[in-house]
Parts: sequence; structure tokens; C-alpha cells
Amino acid sequence: MSVMVARKKVVRKWEKLPGRNTFCCDGRIMMARQKGIFYLTLFLILGTCALFFAFECRYLAVQLSPAIPVFAAVLFLFAMATLLRTSFSDPGVIPRALPDEAAFIEMEIEATNGTVPQGQRPPPRIKNFQINNQIVKLKYCYTCKIFRPPRASHCSICDNCVERFDHHCPWVGNCVGKRNYRYFYLFILSLSLLTIYIFTFNIVYVALKSLKIGFLNTLKETPGTVLEVLICFFTLWSVVGLTGFHTFLVALNQTTNEDIKGSWTGKNRVQNPYSHGNIVKNCCEVLCGPLPPSVLDRRGILQQEESTAQEGPCPRGPGTQEPPAMQGPRQAEESSMKQQDGSIPLPSAVPAPSLSDTEMPEEKQRTPGEVPVPSPDAGRAEH
Amino acid sequence: MGAAPSAVGTSGTVSQSGRVHSLQELRRSASLATKVFVQRDYSDGTTCQFQTKFPPELESRIERQLFEETVKTLNGFYAEAEKIGGSSYLEGCLACATAYFIFLCMETHYEKVLKKISKYIQDQNEKIYAPRGLLLTDPLERGMRVIEISIYEDRCSSGSSSSGSSSSSSGGGGGAGGR
Repeated sequence: MSVMVARKKVVRKWEKLPGRNTFCCDGRIMMARQKGIFYLTLFLILGTCALFFAFECRYLAVQLSPAIPVFAAVLFLFAMATLLRTSFSDPGVIPRALPDEAAFIEMEIEATNGTVPQGQRPPPRIKNFQINNQIVKLKYCYTCKIFRPPRASHCSICDNCVERFDHHCPWVGNCVGKRNYRYFYLFILSLSLLTIYIFTFNIVYVALKSLKIGFLNTLKETPGTVLEVLICFFTLWSVVGLTGFHTFLVALNQTTNEDIKGSWTGKNRVQNPYSHGNIVKNCCEVLCGPLPPSVLDRRGILQQEESTAQEGPCPRGPGTQEPPAMQGPRQAEESSMKQQDGSIPLPSAVPAPSLSDTEMPEEKQRTPGEVPVPSPDAGRAEH
Repeated sequence: MGAAPSAVGTSGTVSQSGRVHSLQELRRSASLATKVFVQRDYSDGTTCQFQTKFPPELESRIERQLFEETVKTLNGFYAEAEKIGGSSYLEGCLACATAYFIFLCMETHYEKVLKKISKYIQDQNEKIYAPRGLLLTDPLERGMRVIEISIYEDRCSSGSSSSGSSSSSSGGGGGAGGR
């Protein structure tokens, strides 16, 4: 017997996610906030390839082989597909701890460290773990209120903890982490190949045509060639170099973040416990290993606060937005069917009030990003 | 439709001494006393494994062996999902060859195992945990950070047992026990 609002707006979880991400297509796409440089990347790739297909390819397909534009098209499509995958997917964001969990951890920490008097900065919270006979320290993230898993890091640009954090790349407009590192690597690899390909065939085109009509006339006829060559030249130096660097990292199973911080180098440091010691094995694991799905559940339906307040003693109405909070879209159908049967509701349903948006802002005041992780800025500088 | 009384009759009844529950009743008649969080075990690297250490709060609620078996089975599932071997390489290479478009129509091995895990947890809740007034939450819903175990008290047996002993005064829902 609840006085229900006539129309219920479906609120999906991505709308309430903390952190500085932007979401598109109703939560299907996830990117960083600043996308300007990503648009530049798109423009450069699309523009250069458009010029190449429009001008040089027509001549070369006739003079040399029709396979030339075909290969170029394949490389181009692959580069675009991997770029979009890198930019739009969840890099491996670790959701923040819910209040219950955060409180539980706080208490554990206080039990070990003892309470700190007011006004004093608490000592950095570190847990030690032993991995493959090496001691690895886990740091506590004050923003996300969790102990970060090994190799995870907090990106200050996106304000999220990301698993196996590599770096924040403004060129793809997203963080590069566990879930999209392989796409990123394949993107820079295919972009390198594409750049080399276009550069080479531009030179070939100019050479061939100059033999017939002279060098200056060639440039006058297709001025786009000059532009392409310039873009390819500068891209070559940066992207090919970057590909080489990341190939090195993949072979050693390291991240950019670890490399910059020098986590595994130096005399008194631990050796990289994640490396298998074998280059092929490392490559296979990083590039072809199993891909964990996103734990963010961006498109899950969030239960409205108003409807819960009005529920009273008679909770279940048929066919309304009553599915329990924190439900994934896959489970939504199953559970609504189950509700009608009167059988088992989902286990997650019960601790409903945990998503308290009211608590979060207060806690945010206290934690102006603890120890700023140097990695994202350094990673950015590298680009 | 879905009215509480008719649903209750299906599996188990609440006895007045209050130890036998079914999942529906947990939601309707029990109040959340506290939650226990089983943390990740990183001794094997970054693979998803949970600690099998038995939380002291569960001492009076469930047998140690049952709990450990649940966690070990879950760990086994996760190990299976993240196993690096011939089939995972094949999947990875095939996906790469199709520029990852194949993921639009195919489910990854990992996702399949996660579904198995979800069914297993539901099964465990029905058979073992709910009758003891406990509830497991799928770690996937907690970002694979913890296994959350909710401990319930009967409203009829007013807060006599473990809620007092638990140092975790966070006790979620606030309605802890009949006040």
C-alpha cells in the first residue's frame, strides 16, 4: 500500500559513480574527462588516412598493385578498432569501498596502529605481503578507502584506483590499466605499422611520379602528400619509440608506473615477482591472457531512494522498479521473474542502504588526495 | 502478488527459538546485526584469491570446515577463470585476429566462470548460510575486493548473541535488533 510516483526514471549506476569519468551511450562508454587530445588523435589518423586513400592509393593501385590500399585499409581498421577499445573501455577501475567495508578496515587499522590524536596526520597505512618470496607493500588509498592490490595505483586525473595501472594517456583519453593494456599496445603497434606504411608509400609515390612529371609538379598536383609525410615523420619518432618501450615492458611484465618509480630496479629493491622469467611467457600473459570483465557494472539499475522510503510494510508490487539494489543487467530479468514466483531473492539485495551518497562528500573533505601518485603526471610528460 | 505470508511457507519456518531461516525470512523478519569482510590473499600474486582464515565473528554461527570449504571452492573457481594456458591463449589470439569484434557476440571464459560462481554462491546461501542466519555476497558486487558476509539476528531473539561481542559497530542498517 505505497503511494507510488506515477513515473519512475531508471537510474543506472554509472550516473552515481564517484570519480572523474565521463560516460556515454547510457554507460556503455567510459572515458576520462578531458577528451580534447583524443579528438586530435582521431583527427590526425582519419585525416592522414583519408588523404592517403584519396590521392596516393589511386595512383599506386594502378601503377603497382591493388593490394596496397587493401593492406592500408586493414591496418587502418585495426588501429581504429583498438584505439576505440582502449578509449572506451573500463581500464580496470576498482570501485570504492562501501561505508561498511571502509569502517571495518579502519577498525582493523586502528587495532594495529592505535588511535592517533586529533590534528596529527596518521602514519601512512601499509600492509606487507609476501608474494613469490618477495615482500610487497600494499598501500592504503585514502580516497577509495581500500588497501590497493599489488600493482594498482590511484590515478589523480580520473580519481580512481586502477588495477595494474600503467599510465594515464591523454592521447586515448583514458587510463591504461589491466583491462585495456593489450588494446593500447596493439593500437600503438598497428599505428606504428600504419605510419611506416603510409610514409613508405608516400615516398614511393613521389619517386614514381617525379620520374614522369618532375618533383615540383608532383607536389603541386597532390599537396596533401607533403602534409602526410610531415605528420608521419613526427608520428614515427614518437609512436615507434613508444612501441619499442612498451615491447620492452611487456617482455619483462612491468608497467610504466613501476618503471618510472624504479620499483624493481636498483640494488636494494625487490626483483619483479610478477615476471615469469621467460619473455615469451610474459608476452603471452600480458597480451593473450584471460581478460577479467569490468566490476563496475555501469549499466546496472540503481534503486531509487524515494521508492524505498515509501515502501512501508508491503514491499513488493508487480512489475515496478522493485528489483533489489545493486543488480546487474544480466540478473535483472532473472530476479524479477523470481520475485514474482515468491522464491529466492538475490543475496545482494539485503544490505541495501550501503550506497550512502551523503557520506561520501564529507569524507572527501578529509582526504585531499593523500600522497599524490607521481606516475600519471610523469606518464603524461612522457607523451 | 508476492505477498509475504504465502512465500514463507515454501521453505522452512521460523521457529520461536529462532535459529532456522530461509532466505525470504532473512529479509523480512531478521535485522542486520553486522558484516564480516573476508579479504583478498595476495600471496600468490595478483590473482583473485581470498583468505581462508576463519573470522572470529562467525565462530558461533557456522562450522569452520564449511566456511573454509566455501572459500576454497571459490578460490578454485577464480583460479580456473584466470588460468593461463592453451585455451586462454587461443581465445586471446582469436579475439585479436578479429580486432576484438568477436567479444560483441561471444562470452569470454572468465565471464562464464563468473556465472558459475554466482550460481554456486546462491546455492550455498540457500543450503548452508541462510539457515544459519548468514548471507554471502558475491565478490563481484564488491569489486572483487572482499567476500562480504552479513550476519543477521532475529527480531524475536532480541540482540542477545554475537552482535554484542562484535567490535565492528559499523553494523550497517542501524536497526540492529529490536530496540
